[in-house]
Amino acid sequence: MCLAVPGKILSIKKDDPLMRVGQVSFGGIIKEVNLVYVPEAVIDDYVIVHVGFAISVLDPKEAERVFSYLDEIEHTIQDKEKSE
Amino acid sequence: MKFVDEYRNSQVAEKYKIAIADTITQPWTVMEVCGGQTHSIVKYGIQELLPDSLTLLHGPGCPVCVTPLEQIDKAIAIAGLEKVIFCSFGDMLRVPGSETNLLTVKAKGGDVRIVYSPMDAIEIAQSCPDKQVVFFAIGFETTAPANAMAIRQTKLNKLRNLSFLISQVIVPPAIQSILESPNNKVDGFLAAGHVCTIMGYEEYEPIVKKYQIPIVVTGFEPMDILQGIYMCVRQLESGKVEVENQYSRSVKKEGNRTAKNIIQEVFEIVPRKWRGVGEIPASGLGLRKEYVDFDAENRFCLNIKFEEKPSPCISGLILQGIKKPRECPEFAISCTPENPLGATMVSSEGACAAYYRYQLTPK
Amino acid sequence: MSDSNPSMDEITCPIPLTQSSIITMAHGGGGKLTRQLIDQIFVPAFGNSQLETNHDSSVIDVGFKKLAYTTDSYVVCPLIFPGGDIGSLAINGTVNDLAMSGAKPLYLTAGFILEEGLPIETLFKIVQSMKKAAAEAEVKIVTGDTKVVDKGKGDGIYINTSGVGAIDHTLEIHPMSVKPGDAILVSGDLGRHGMAIMAARENLGFESPITSDCAALSGMVNELIKAGINLHCLRDLTRGGLATALVEISETANLSITIDDSKLPVDEAVKGACEILGLDPLYVANEGRLVAFVPKEDANQALTIMKSHIHGQNANIIGNVEEKSAKRVILKNALGSSRILDLLSGEQLPRIC
Repeated sequence: MCLAVPGKILSIKKDDPLMRVGQVSFGGIIKEVNLVYVPEAVIDDYVIVHVGFAISVLDPKEAERVFSYLDEIEHTIQDKEKSE
Repeated sequence: MKFVDEYRNSQVAEKYKIAIADTITQPWTVMEVCGGQTHSIVKYGIQELLPDSLTLLHGPGCPVCVTPLEQIDKAIAIAGLEKVIFCSFGDMLRVPGSETNLLTVKAKGGDVRIVYSPMDAIEIAQSCPDKQVVFFAIGFETTAPANAMAIRQTKLNKLRNLSFLISQVIVPPAIQSILESPNNKVDGFLAAGHVCTIMGYEEYEPIVKKYQIPIVVTGFEPMDILQGIYMCVRQLESGKVEVENQYSRSVKKEGNRTAKNIIQEVFEIVPRKWRGVGEIPASGLGLRKEYVDFDAENRFCLNIKFEEKPSPCISGLILQGIKKPRECPEFAISCTPENPLGATMVSSEGACAAYYRYQLTPK
Repeated sequence: MSDSNPSMDEITCPIPLTQSSIITMAHGGGGKLTRQLIDQIFVPAFGNSQLETNHDSSVIDVGFKKLAYTTDSYVVCPLIFPGGDIGSLAINGTVNDLAMSGAKPLYLTAGFILEEGLPIETLFKIVQSMKKAAAEAEVKIVTGDTKVVDKGKGDGIYINTSGVGAIDHTLEIHPMSVKPGDAILVSGDLGRHGMAIMAARENLGFESPITSDCAALSGMVNELIKAGINLHCLRDLTRGGLATALVEISETANLSITIDDSKLPVDEAVKGACEILGLDPLYVANEGRLVAFVPKEDANQALTIMKSHIHGQNANIIGNVEEKSAKRVILKNALGSSRILDLLSGEQLPRIC
């Protein structure tokens, strides 16, 4: 169900909405990926790819959240320790 | 690799480990739904990083594990026919049917081919016009858009020699079925991040409201899972429940509208049997009548008399989190990855295979 | 690492165009056409005094009392792939098996099973590749055999090579010599061969810069022995990858092994291909990599020697043998937790889950 990997769009070959394909790089491996489900994606975007289809455009700001969220937690823990 | 390696960082993991331990005050049981999350949990030993009071259960989010025996037997029957090219994802090849599996059919001369994408089946059909090509369309909602597009293109291109054996299932009814069970032990869920990338997470809100349990949409890297667990535990400790989105770099509340539209065009909701669990109403996708010509079950006259044989396999109870693999009397004795009695021992995400391979930790 | 042999494109197949361009059953008949294959394709490529005696067996003088002896058969699809072909595999694979005993590989045999319909041009290219690999490994092919099977009964070509090598040291290089405290080294980055093969197969096709690591390791092993490294065990990493080799050695030696995931060299492109297909590089095949068990005090010197060799540039120390007796291989991961590595039940298959 769930193996989907982020890759960078290097080029978009056909811009027909029904058959939009692009060359996507996964750490240097280049695969042709169907971009029909990410009509908003452009070159240099990172997309999440499952069975040859891009299913979303990766949001780089949100990608930071795993780390910035930690800062919030750490403050909460420090505040808690101070009040104990 | 960017957007992969940074989520496998030991320092960040240590911080989440401390945060979870710091927040938890009582025992909780959290179930991750998706097989890909199970894979990550066992590969990175995430259970080792969690306090003993937090139990992780592996849910039914593996289409390999839940594809019913009858569908495997149908696949095997079709694959063994002459002039048929049977295409499948690699995951399905070792899943045991009633008597055998697809890998054995291949060994005996059946033309069984592993493909990476359902669109590969179209290419094979176009290059082999004198053969009937069948694609085993398994998956949850994540794979449904790809399968739907392949079916749609097949009809558009009038490819008469390609058909699809459908075994698509959907997640929310499975979660409800677990929560309805009198033996349910689950306090909170990590919802499948890629399923929600397609479907969004609005459909989980009524479940949270009805059953008063937290659901956190979670990704697949170790940092995602740790953050998802933290968010779930924090909700449980605070008593406030809601749907939260940990995997916001991929998931939006409304999901992927283009994908949802294509799924709706090709598929409709149907009841589906789940292996080891039984039929769950409105839990699967079947072809709409405009596409039934491309259903392999209609294309081939399969005379399979399916009888449920008694088996000691308790995959169903394990998939629902009611029992753990070690509680199965056959576990690691008559049931091993080399000789699996059920799908949960075959699939690398199956709870039984995961326990067998990885739970013997060095400590 | 060898590229796609540009010089081979200049050498043309000598079999005249007026005759058959494909292998036929007649080529396996033992008559004139068999003779033609031997005289025009095999002997010119492998030519040496032993082969030219044209006899049922060749007499060789190895000059040493202890020999290493091995055999292996090669089946691969596609026959020609980025970084090698079935021919270079057949030479390097057997050379490497001999090298893992610390032997100097000397003589090989080559048995061919050809499928009716195989283009002779393809056979010629493969044999030229074997010539090149044999020259690099400094071995001679001194005897051989050819058979032809009906179309549909073979995958183009199967090759068997057996080999003999001379042991000129007193080391006992095998799993039973592994000791607690030994350092474990790997000679280069993992998973190239398996992923190069997959990339070359149409149904999982992607454009990739991955080339097979197919290469002879005998030179590297010779350097290690000459430098006085006390090699306890060597194993070339073939199918099943590094994990399989370590599990087998641990079981034979009855010793626990620990390796550090962060120390394992894996090329970015190999990693990307494995991520897409859901494969673990630890179990992917290699054809030009070895794992070495040496005493702790020899580890740094062994690493320096490996890294200075053309096929060892990404070598690394990856773990050690534990003090306790247990048949276990433990992998420590980036998060600081560990898991036990086991043999796979079968081949790793691409997955979507």
